[in-house]
Amino acid sequence: MAEEFEPKIIAFLCKWCSSAGSDLAGVSRMNYPPNVVPITVMCSGSVSPLYIFNAFQKGADGVLVSGCHPGDCHYIKGNFYARRRIALVKELIEYIGLEPQRFKMAWVSAAEGKKYTQIIQDFVQELKPLGPQTKLRREK
Amino acid sequence: MKKRTGVFVCHCGINIAGTVDVKNVAEDLAKHPDVVHSEDYVYMCSDPGQKLIENSIKEHNLDSVVVACCSPNLHETTFRNCAKAAGINEFQCEIANIREQCSWVHKDKLKATEKAKKITRSTVEHVVKNKSLEPISIPVTRRGLVIGGGIAGIQAALDMANSGYEVVLVEKSPSIGGHMIQLSETFPTLDCSQCILTPKMVDVSKHPKIKLLTYSEVQEISGYVGNFKAKILKKPTYVDPDKCTLCDKCLDVCPIVVPNEFDLGLTARKAIYIPFPQAIPATYTLDIANCPGLLPIACGKCIDVCEPGAIDYDMKPEMIEEEIGSIVLATGYDLYDKENMKEYGSGKYADVLDGLQFERLLSASGPTMGEVLRPSDHKVPKEVVFIQCVGSRDPELHCAYCSKICCMYTAKHAMLYKHHVPDGQAYVFYIDIRSGGKNYEEFVQRAKEEDGVVYLRGKVSKIFEENGKITVWGVDTLAGKDIEINADMVVLATAMRPAKGAEEFAKKLKVSLDKDGFLSEAHPKLRPVESVTAGLFFAGAAQAPKDIPEAVAQASGAAAKAIIILSQDHLFHSPMVAKVSLNLCSGCGMCVDVCPYDALSLKNNKAEVNEVLCEGCGTCSATCLRAAIEVKNITPGQIHEMIDASVGG
Repeated sequence: MAEEFEPKIIAFLCKWCSSAGSDLAGVSRMNYPPNVVPITVMCSGSVSPLYIFNAFQKGADGVLVSGCHPGDCHYIKGNFYARRRIALVKELIEYIGLEPQRFKMAWVSAAEGKKYTQIIQDFVQELKPLGPQTKLRREK
Repeated sequence: MKKRTGVFVCHCGINIAGTVDVKNVAEDLAKHPDVVHSEDYVYMCSDPGQKLIENSIKEHNLDSVVVACCSPNLHETTFRNCAKAAGINEFQCEIANIREQCSWVHKDKLKATEKAKKITRSTVEHVVKNKSLEPISIPVTRRGLVIGGGIAGIQAALDMANSGYEVVLVEKSPSIGGHMIQLSETFPTLDCSQCILTPKMVDVSKHPKIKLLTYSEVQEISGYVGNFKAKILKKPTYVDPDKCTLCDKCLDVCPIVVPNEFDLGLTARKAIYIPFPQAIPATYTLDIANCPGLLPIACGKCIDVCEPGAIDYDMKPEMIEEEIGSIVLATGYDLYDKENMKEYGSGKYADVLDGLQFERLLSASGPTMGEVLRPSDHKVPKEVVFIQCVGSRDPELHCAYCSKICCMYTAKHAMLYKHHVPDGQAYVFYIDIRSGGKNYEEFVQRAKEEDGVVYLRGKVSKIFEENGKITVWGVDTLAGKDIEINADMVVLATAMRPAKGAEEFAKKLKVSLDKDGFLSEAHPKLRPVESVTAGLFFAGAAQAPKDIPEAVAQASGAAAKAIIILSQDHLFHSPMVAKVSLNLCSGCGMCVDVCPYDALSLKNNKAEVNEVLCEGCGTCSATCLRAAIEVKNITPGQIHEMIDASVGG
């Protein structure tokens, strides 16, 4: 039997909310699949679309950007910029023919360990039927 | 030039080693071209663990370090200090979080180990491109600002001033004292509120280190921790407090009568008034909104009778600028408006009062000199119904939260009513009794047992006026009965809300609010008096509903935090700030527009960073089309390498 496809996910987490929220998931000993590798950034507003496309080019099957809830940004309004930018990224992803489900934006506060866990669990389940992402992947 | 990086993988007992093969991680990382030394140890944060890192740095001549362990929120400082002690720059040490974000959330050891390797490798890619940085040193203005002159603001100002620092205390109304000065007695001791507060108010007015600005509002705060600038608008009172002798003659001649806000509309005052006898500063204020005009032709009676010539119709608003190092926000609360409670008469029945109005009725200095009388006909009410949770704990229609103090003040109200009217009957409708606090539960029991207050567990569905009585329809859920009481008076324990205008004020100060409009603290458990904005602290009910002892305790806590800043010669700011590549910058100004801290400006058509204002969020970096701006030590180049390592093979 062929081994089940395990999607590779890169998660860009805001240091102040989502990274702390994912820490809380750990402290509370919640459980989610190990498919996701987190990269902590200062603010979701600092996530350039280039990061997202680079992750796909390097072979990520899914990319998550998670920041503070709108109106609750540690840096006052960085996540509003993230939200606008991410809307464009979504359109671009569809335009180039990549499955839109491969990219996700979430709002996870430092108190939402459970929400983070749920998001990762759902994302992995959503990515599995899509199979490996080859469209943007650069040959090594 | 190649880096000489050391990797140190912590077991954290079995917290990490139970799920992650730490030896395998250390061995794998040793293969990285920049890693010259890699090892694992049972507790890296222990003293021997730290010694091990220090010795390895010296022995292997390392210039950078990755510690794969718990969250950087816990031991980043420990290991950075450890690196510093061994002689390398603290910013050459990074933490790979393989506990909270890996070993604790996974079960499959093989997969968790692979993930731990990716996280650690990604962190190595991060650190090999790190630059040595020095914290940015900034001078400190050793002066505090307290906004709000209620009990919390008074306490914070006194604590800071008694520590030897100058304090500017700003209060928007004509006198300090806040809501506490309106109260009759305080639970659970029944101390007279004015008797315990006025000594503190006098201390404030006499303190050589406190500059008191009443009838004043902060208009703008600019700058940053240690170096704020506040613009404060001092409204004209039209009375010179130094000349006014409080002879009260102006009061006798003033023809204008308006509702008295100090008594919450239960009495009237003149357009020229002193809020209450013990007001600080002790002087009159001319309420210009209600005065027939400053034209002597229209009235001018007060100026004619004022012998010392204290009244000055030409007084102008004054904009005062103050330089300060740290700020305590104590903007307090207001009660949820009775008008919101349609089922309770929307505030239109004279004998349905809110908690603060009842405090004034009970107060010895109140409208009835402490006699409990119905506002409608001045008769002694023989049956009084107290309703708790009015607007609180009602997520569908009003406020979702518990206002915390109402159980206690309702018990006090019912008790004091019985002390004034021994043959009267007091009923309390409640959902739950929340009497956590020193001697609080005993106090509620005393109301029930000694004063015979009848507690009914249930909500009141409707109250209405009928034949000069207030009819209350409620339910007693313990007895399973509908209740109808024909009461003489009803007192609503309405919810505590952030003070009116607090929302606009928070926007001005760039302070975030929680979903209910209270000030949002930096951490709900470990930083309860701090804002996420450095140098800004919270005290009192502006942060959440709280009673007097809690407000006082928080005020002292906020004052201590504010003093930590004022007591420094210099403050240090993270050097992870934005940096512009001048040869790439086209001067388009997009980064200037998006910067949340106004840290960017255009100079000679190029972006320029004010390193002290910059908080390093990186929004500018993601916005720049030419990759001309990046945050030091978390540059796009570093992130791209980290992505590569994180995706792995």
